[in-house]
Amino acid sequence: MSPKQIHLWGALRPMAGGASAILVEAQTIRELFRKLAQDYPAMEAHIKRGVAVSIDGKIYRDQWETLLPDDAEIYLMPRIPGG
Amino acid sequence: MTMDADLVQKNFKVIGTRVRRPDGIDKVTGRARYGADASAPGQLVGLVLRSPYPHALIKKIDISKAEKLMGVKAVITSADLPDYTDGDRGMLDILENCMARKKALYDGHAVAAVAAIDAATARAALKLIKVDYEQLPHVTDVDEALKPDAPVLHDHIFTNGISPKPTKPSNFNTQCEYGHGDIEAGFKAADVIIEKSYKTEQTHQGYIEPHSCLASVSPDGSAEMWVCTQGHFVYRNQCAALLGLDANKLRVTASEIGGGFGGKTHIWAEPLALALSRKANRPVKLTMTREEVFRCTGPTSSTSIDVKIGAKKDGTITAAFAELRYHGGAFPSNWAEMGAQTAFACYDIKNVKTIGRDAVVNRPKTAAYRAPSAPMAAFAIENTVDEVAKTIGMDAIDFRIKNAAKEGTKSSYGPVYGPIGIGPTLHAAKHHPHMQAPLGKNTGRGMACGFWFNFGGQTCVDLNVTPDGTVTVAVGTIDVGGSRASIALAVAEELGVPYDAVRCIVADTSSLGHNDMTDGSRGTFSSSMAAIFAARNAITVLKDRAAATWEISAADVEWVDGHAHAKGVGHGNLAPLSLQDLAASAGNTGGPIAGHSEIVADNAGVSFGTHICDAHVDPETGKTTITRYTVIQDAGKAMHPAYVEGQYQGGAAQGIGWALNEEYIYGANGRLQNAGFLDYRIPVCSDLPFIDTQILEIPNPHHPYGVRGVGETPIVPPLAAVGIAIANATGVRMTHAPMSPPRILKAIKAAAK
Repeated sequence: MSPKQIHLWGALRPMAGGASAILVEAQTIRELFRKLAQDYPAMEAHIKRGVAVSIDGKIYRDQWETLLPDDAEIYLMPRIPGG
Repeated sequence: MTMDADLVQKNFKVIGTRVRRPDGIDKVTGRARYGADASAPGQLVGLVLRSPYPHALIKKIDISKAEKLMGVKAVITSADLPDYTDGDRGMLDILENCMARKKALYDGHAVAAVAAIDAATARAALKLIKVDYEQLPHVTDVDEALKPDAPVLHDHIFTNGISPKPTKPSNFNTQCEYGHGDIEAGFKAADVIIEKSYKTEQTHQGYIEPHSCLASVSPDGSAEMWVCTQGHFVYRNQCAALLGLDANKLRVTASEIGGGFGGKTHIWAEPLALALSRKANRPVKLTMTREEVFRCTGPTSSTSIDVKIGAKKDGTITAAFAELRYHGGAFPSNWAEMGAQTAFACYDIKNVKTIGRDAVVNRPKTAAYRAPSAPMAAFAIENTVDEVAKTIGMDAIDFRIKNAAKEGTKSSYGPVYGPIGIGPTLHAAKHHPHMQAPLGKNTGRGMACGFWFNFGGQTCVDLNVTPDGTVTVAVGTIDVGGSRASIALAVAEELGVPYDAVRCIVADTSSLGHNDMTDGSRGTFSSSMAAIFAARNAITVLKDRAAATWEISAADVEWVDGHAHAKGVGHGNLAPLSLQDLAASAGNTGGPIAGHSEIVADNAGVSFGTHICDAHVDPETGKTTITRYTVIQDAGKAMHPAYVEGQYQGGAAQGIGWALNEEYIYGANGRLQNAGFLDYRIPVCSDLPFIDTQILEIPNPHHPYGVRGVGETPIVPPLAAVGIAIANATGVRMTHAPMSPPRILKAIKAAAK
């Protein structure tokens, strides 16, 4: 499994040394979040509060079993409320 | 059980029809039960004492005289709501907003509450409570709150998102940034640059039904609550956590809802009613007055926004920048972040950057309001886009079409878009008869676009077939916009039975698994998906029962138009079995027939809309009259077109009110000056023209019937569409909403000088 590029929104960047994207080996959203919490402990609180994942523009908030395809564009986004 | 949520090509039989609404007669005859209609034997009246100061230390509260008053059964303060939040600052903020602890943080902040045998006694008891306040300096304006010398509300807020993190507390709770490319290079490449600053005032959702709940806590620790809410499961979870109850001990039943629009996604007085009931050992009903709704529930944020857009003479936007300052009222929020995400989402821009700055101020905690944060950002961005188009001499629609985001565009908030619907709404607007209609004197036409993220969430549905073969469906999402009809249509479609054979209800929190609340335009999207899956599960059961009846393999049974059919050689003489036949014999084929579904409805897909507005402005008074209005939006598939049109019209009506009249007005003393519908004016029918709608149906690939949420996007474009129409009517660009007559008159006079 090759590492995937994970784009971070602004609030997460200070926790990754200011990087706008990082490389993580993960096949699912669940594995991604587990490894982020492991490698970047400050992100764990954000993940607990709610992080959405955009995979090729499709936004997932809850389905942590969703696969992260090898060539997909992956963005982490804040989980937003609605009215 | 996981099922495939992907779109199924289908010739619909009942989906898309305009069936009679199931709650219609009850609502127009007064039979429907709203929050304040719940009653229990021996119930008490709950009332809340609220701070008259926007910012004050609570040095002492003396409740002794109130407690001794005949007829008073309980008096509570924050001491009766101990902190069970275990370090969860977000939950502690919720608790502190429900009842002030050490400080009152806004005019109207609850400081104590009473339960008494009647309202007169409760009111008398409130007067006997003595609160010793020490007034503190206050701040209600977002820009003022961000200044270094502003009075600081909380000593635990140290700005997130800036480096190095400050060591001094302030009102500036979060900064965020979105975008890509090089905006400096982009502005250098521009032929025209327009730079403007905008302000929007705080507005309330203006729902007609005030908050109300009836709470009954038993000495055995179990409790019930009947409440008007957009999410009774979330209310259950939060109230139980704050009261120290197990969630299964608190059963919450949702009433009909007289509007919510985001304002009923938060708990306000419910923990107080439960705490009063626990202390009094009697049921307590707590119903807010309209004044309390304005002063103490959650309006939207007021904002201050700077925008800069550069474009080439050929109409290409080369760079765009916005700084958006929002507030969360007295508690930290991320409203500016959402404004920063949505601001330029309609456009394909190579160099774009937005900065969001969230503050706290001495105003009530802000809540979501229909596509929260997006309308204010759209007001600023769309007005500037219009001015750029005018400056380079290009038609406003053509300019937007040229720059519209499309499949493959890198969105301003980060990801690359898949298939999206802004292009079709713009093309529909360009060719709509409204765009060609002649305009009268002092009348201008404006158009604007809007974007919103829709979402899905946790959803759970129980479907039961009754012995006579009709169907009941229990859902956990509150029906704020017709979802019961749409869900019944979905079940009827899937089972192949008439709509009238299906009845959908909203079940209480002890009858279903957790459901997220009805927000994010998710009610019909997610509950119809879960209902379709529940119906498919029921069909599996029905096929098994038919197979048992016929003594054949279930593999030889198919379900068509509400009947089981035996298929294949050898079964040709078996007459089809209807749903009624199978229901009648269920007792001998395995018992009750049901279908269940528990899902997370993710990947809802983003939403775009385009609005056209004609506005007449009286040059002598500055009064604006909307003379024609058209909403164009993609619904994916309109399950019940009349409800979809209603959502489009309702969003536009609220947006027009926001654009023209509605605003919170605070005095120099930090007190709200207009906490009532006489002084806070929402539009009524006579203020509005018929709002025309055009439903586009570009199927959502991630819903079995192609459905897309529609409830929020319609409020995003109106502030801008109205503002641009006013600019075209008067020649004056309004940068401060609401664009009330005094503001317009002042701007016209200033321009004439």
